[in-house]
Amino acid sequence: MNIDVSTIFQIAGIGIIVAMIHTVLKQMGKEDMAHWVTVIGFVVVLFMVVRMLNDLFQEIKTIFLFQ
Amino acid sequence: MRTLDILQIVGIGLLATILILVIREQKPMFAFLLAAFVGVAIFLTMIGKIEGVVSVLEDLADRSGISSVYLKTMLKIIGIAYIAEFGAQIVRDAGLESVASKIEFAGKILILVMAVPIIGVLIETVLNLLPA
Repeated sequence: MNIDVSTIFQIAGIGIIVAMIHTVLKQMGKEDMAHWVTVIGFVVVLFMVVRMLNDLFQEIKTIFLFQ
Repeated sequence: MRTLDILQIVGIGLLATILILVIREQKPMFAFLLAAFVGVAIFLTMIGKIEGVVSVLEDLADRSGISSVYLKTMLKIIGIAYIAEFGAQIVRDAGLESVASKIEFAGKILILVMAVPIIGVLIETVLNLLPA
């Protein structure tokens, strides 16, 4: 029973910061850079979520006897 | 202890909801990922508890002398149901109702496929009980 709340904050923080950087870069007129920042942030968060999802599926596999 | 658990989970759910609502304004993609993550986290904590129930069920089935194939099939069906429901809900959150209903459909079909042998055995048993 230990949900890592810090990871939730991490994801939310990454989202907010990426949105901020996106806005700033857009204001500076660097549209393409802004989009790259968004994509990279998205990939980082996706990695975190996918790793967690893998944990979940492994757990389900072991408990519900999928061989 | 159990009360603390539910308080913790409700707290995390509320916190996540607020964060998701804040982020959705800026980046809907991140909001979706955050929702998925929170769902997985809560599920992951609950599945540890399910493990205890499953082991008790196995013990009972052992003692009552039921063939372990049935219990295994039942557990697999429960597992499929959990996964299908989970995936469908996450996809539904993202607003793709059609894909979610397809996932649920696939889950139902897979469960049906696993249940068919048990239904066959059941019908055979009933037929044996009936006087010829």
